[in-house]
Amino acid sequence: MKMRLQRLWWTVLGLILLAPSLSLAAGAKGAPVIIVADTRKLDGVMAWWANMYNESHLQFAILTILIVPVTGVIFGVLADIVMGWIGIDLKSRELAEH
Amino acid sequence: MDWLYILMPIAGVKIFWPGLIILGIGVGIIGGFFGMGGAWMVTPGLNILGFPMAFAIGTDIAHMAGKSLISTMRHGKFGNVDYKLGLIMLAGTVIGFEVGAQMVMWLERIGSVEKVVRWLYIALLSGIAWMVFHDVAMRAKKEKAAAAKGEKLEATATGVEWHKTLHKIKIPPMIHFTSAGIYCSAWLPIFVSFLTGWLAGILGIGGGLIRMPALIYMVGCPTHVAVGTDLFEVAISGLYGAFTYTMKGRTELVAAMIMLVGAAVGAQVGAVATKYIKGYGIRIAFGLAVVGCATSILMKLVQPWVPQYKSLLDTSSTVLVLGLVSAMSLYIFVRMVAGVKEELRRKQQGA
Repeated sequence: MKMRLQRLWWTVLGLILLAPSLSLAAGAKGAPVIIVADTRKLDGVMAWWANMYNESHLQFAILTILIVPVTGVIFGVLADIVMGWIGIDLKSRELAEH
Repeated sequence: MDWLYILMPIAGVKIFWPGLIILGIGVGIIGGFFGMGGAWMVTPGLNILGFPMAFAIGTDIAHMAGKSLISTMRHGKFGNVDYKLGLIMLAGTVIGFEVGAQMVMWLERIGSVEKVVRWLYIALLSGIAWMVFHDVAMRAKKEKAAAAKGEKLEATATGVEWHKTLHKIKIPPMIHFTSAGIYCSAWLPIFVSFLTGWLAGILGIGGGLIRMPALIYMVGCPTHVAVGTDLFEVAISGLYGAFTYTMKGRTELVAAMIMLVGAAVGAQVGAVATKYIKGYGIRIAFGLAVVGCATSILMKLVQPWVPQYKSLLDTSSTVLVLGLVSAMSLYIFVRMVAGVKEELRRKQQGA
């Protein structure tokens, strides 16, 4: 019985990992609406950024998911430094409740 | 005053950037404190600032990934994140979300998706609010009973203990979740995350609003661990969401970055605030947030019956959501400052 349940566990785990891609692949493919960035009023970094978006969505998406966590961590660590400087204990907390 | 506005390169709209930072700080504090992404607060906020709805959702998800990551790191240092539980639940959430999304397609085909989703949302939020306040009332009752006997209720005591019944189901494999202090069947978190993922998929939300109480009441996590573990899930799903929305051209990274400046700092404040506000304080505040969210959706739902009040209801709903964000983040910040003062006083006395 235990063996069977273990086998079931591994089967379900495999399904969980594979099923989303299977169901996504099975979905109907609609025509995507593409938004194009208007770069005429932009200059400098903004123009470069908008141009990259227009040229390659994939490159733009990869950069986005790299920049977002890095920015979050930089500002979060800065907040950490300030809180540590104030004297807040950032390593432990008392157990207040359940 | 033109310098206060910035042209968004993709959406092509001019946005009041200090508003983005303020919104970021508010939702950052609330997200770090409650362990949720807070799409229900950010999306209307961005919409008010001038973003088209599709961009509001994508931008919200992108900033959510960054702020949840830093909150998870902070909660992790406090020992509030059970990574094993988070990873197991992530698998259930993904598959549940997909099933939910497929159900929405089916509902769309029969033409009743809007109505079903909104009413389901209301039913769910009412259920969560009832659960939270029922739990608080039960704990108060236990406290009273203990006081009548001249005893003091244990600090770890809770009101409702449904998880204890669920822990009695011993289907192998049994797993010990160290940080959460739970020993249960692996199927329990999988089933719970499938359920919450399915609901999130139908409702089109990240799911923190449902997962956080589910982790407490069904899986049996301590409140702080539920907050930290949920944020871990939000961070991972947020990154995936940011990627897919960006590929569809619906993310305005410039706005997400400006928001993130406030949100990353706010998220740290919210996470640290869980040190000073007791678990039941978190639960009560969470219950109030859920009630506010439900009321704002109800205001949108009743509009077909009272079309003459449509604009009034729309405005009231937005004011309610933004008022709630401001009041709650202010409350959490004030309580945190009071807690910090007390901690520093104790340190000085000890020195």
